[in-house]
Amino acid sequence: MSDYLVQFNNISKFFGKVIALKDVTMKLKKGEIMCLLGDNGAGKSTLIKTLAGVHRPDEGEIIVEEKKTIFDSPKDALDMGIATVYQDLALVSLMSVTRNFFMGREPMKGPPFFRTFDIEKANKIAAERMGQIGIDVRDPSQAVGTMSGGERQCLAISRAIYFGAKVLVLDEPTSALGVHQASVVLKYIVKAASQGLAVILITHNVHHAYPVGNSFTVLNRGKSLGTYAKKDITREKLLSMMAGGEELNKLEVELQEMNRSSAN
Amino acid sequence: MSTKSKSIETKTDFNQDERLKKVSKLRLLLNRPELGALGGAILVFIFFGIVAGDTGMFSAYGVLNFLDVSANLGIIAIAAAMLMIGGEFDLSIGSMIGFAGICIAIPAIYWGWPLWMSIIFAFSMAVLVGYFNGILVVKTGLPSFIVTLAMLFILRGATLALTRLITGRTQVPGLRVLIEGDPLAWIFATDTFKWVFTWLGSMNLIALRTDGTPLATGIPPSVIWFIALAIITTWILMKTRYGNWIFASGGDKNGANNVGVPVGRVKISLFIGTAVAATIFATIQVLDAGSADTMRGTLKELEAIAAAVVGGCLLTGGYGSAIGAAFGALIFGTVSMGIFYTDVDTDWFKVFLGAMMLIAVIFNNYIRRKVTESK
Ligand SMILES: Nc1ncnc2c1ncn2[C@@H]1O[C@H](COP(=O)(O)OP(=O)(O)O)[C@@H](O)[C@H]1O
Ligand SMILES: [Mg+2]
Repeated sequence: MSDYLVQFNNISKFFGKVIALKDVTMKLKKGEIMCLLGDNGAGKSTLIKTLAGVHRPDEGEIIVEEKKTIFDSPKDALDMGIATVYQDLALVSLMSVTRNFFMGREPMKGPPFFRTFDIEKANKIAAERMGQIGIDVRDPSQAVGTMSGGERQCLAISRAIYFGAKVLVLDEPTSALGVHQASVVLKYIVKAASQGLAVILITHNVHHAYPVGNSFTVLNRGKSLGTYAKKDITREKLLSMMAGGEELNKLEVELQEMNRSSAN
Repeated sequence: MSTKSKSIETKTDFNQDERLKKVSKLRLLLNRPELGALGGAILVFIFFGIVAGDTGMFSAYGVLNFLDVSANLGIIAIAAAMLMIGGEFDLSIGSMIGFAGICIAIPAIYWGWPLWMSIIFAFSMAVLVGYFNGILVVKTGLPSFIVTLAMLFILRGATLALTRLITGRTQVPGLRVLIEGDPLAWIFATDTFKWVFTWLGSMNLIALRTDGTPLATGIPPSVIWFIALAIITTWILMKTRYGNWIFASGGDKNGANNVGVPVGRVKISLFIGTAVAATIFATIQVLDAGSADTMRGTLKELEAIAAAVVGGCLLTGGYGSAIGAAFGALIFGTVSMGIFYTDVDTDWFKVFLGAMMLIAVIFNNYIRRKVTESK
């Protein structure tokens, strides 16, 4: 018996002539943070959308808890405890924190036929959950649009955890954040994993991925360049594996030279 | 589950460098979408109280008159608002009114159906039209503006063509005699609280006809429907799961879909809602007039949308209120009737309607920026 929670075996996905994914294999354990790295267009989002029930893989199989699984809809995936937090976060900025937190899964009260959305209970839970991660929502009826990017990200993650996620998939959770907010979100992700969740963290920022990841899968133009445990790979190696890594190295050298000449 | 993840805490305070914004009382109030329309309605009443306070406008008869007009518009404005909050438009409301009218009149007059059966037939057709609008929008992903604009022409054309084909004319009179004793029609045709008005009349507190009966005989059915709909829809929006889904579907349909909201079903149900509201409007008016007119309801869809916008609905969806649309309709109804009691030429009403809408859109846009602006 394998101890993998989720396995992608030789996944391929085509959009017409575009080969978005080809033979991608990736395995994930409980409590593990797997960082999925790659440049824009590498196929990261497409890969996790096959797990989220948005796309059906054209080739290969997905195995969740030993069972070969085919997801027909995002709801199927959610029901199996796979929660995906997309780049757009699935938050409605005009709606309140509470209404967003429970969107689609509202707590109900009252007798049959007169069942209503239990707003008081929802407010309480939302404020409590946000409080646990250090976000003081004094008014849970305030619109999400008034929150900062980091707060929104944490709201989306906290919501996924509250609704019983076993696998937490985060698509570029830190890409739009400043350094401080990104570190808060990353810290929260580590905590979540330490509670036994499996986390797939998608990013093209190695500096965000390296400190928190247990293992790293690098995608390049739809193909996997392999999965590496943290002890087997350095930050620099990861950086150069990603397309554009070389260019950034070169840029760094050039900048250093510029600095040196301007210092003279 | 709740204990499992309870200890996931990172007590890092976001507020260190986020400069916590103080939420003022005013700001909270401004977050209510119907605020502008409520203020507008109050201003309108103050205005007419001053310029037309001593005319018949605020007599029992005058009040019921502008309430009736407001209520009729309000019935469709509320449904239009619900749909707008859900992120879509229905431009076929006006045509649906004409279509529903003849769906009642032709079977009742020409095919000998009992009136109640014709009414049920009209509502069934409304559900079909609404479903068709909805499924087209949801399945094709086309803007509802275009899809329902097409339906505006199709329904109006079909109404005219079918009526002329079957009856040889464009109006179908003769319904009034059928109302008496009908098991269903009374719901759309009965003045209520008549005893109040009889009593007020007997006390000489309200104006009487020459035969001694009061001029205002009772609360018209439109007003009862209007109030009932305003209460029910507000309850739905604020207190039910379906209400949350409406906001979510209009606010961000992909996001809503991703967390399991049945966006397609929600939108289709809202399109059925506007068509059914148009049919309630049509039934009340057709029974009141005793005849169906193929042109009935022309341009009503735009008035309904205007009232919804004045009531705080954003054209982009996800924000608004049913009670706001009700106030919007009250503003329009009151002004359209009140203007007769002033020296102002009634031609100016449309100017007012347009200006109100412009102000409302600018105001709403400002509010939206306030509500959604990120730190
Ligand atoms: N729904 C789609 N239809 C067609 N092409 C798509 C679709 N989704 C993604 N692609 C293509 O697949 C490739 C991988 O995209 P994506 O998975 O979004 O990359 P990443 O998330 O790594 O930036 C890109 O070339 C993109 O244009
Ligand atoms: Mg992506």
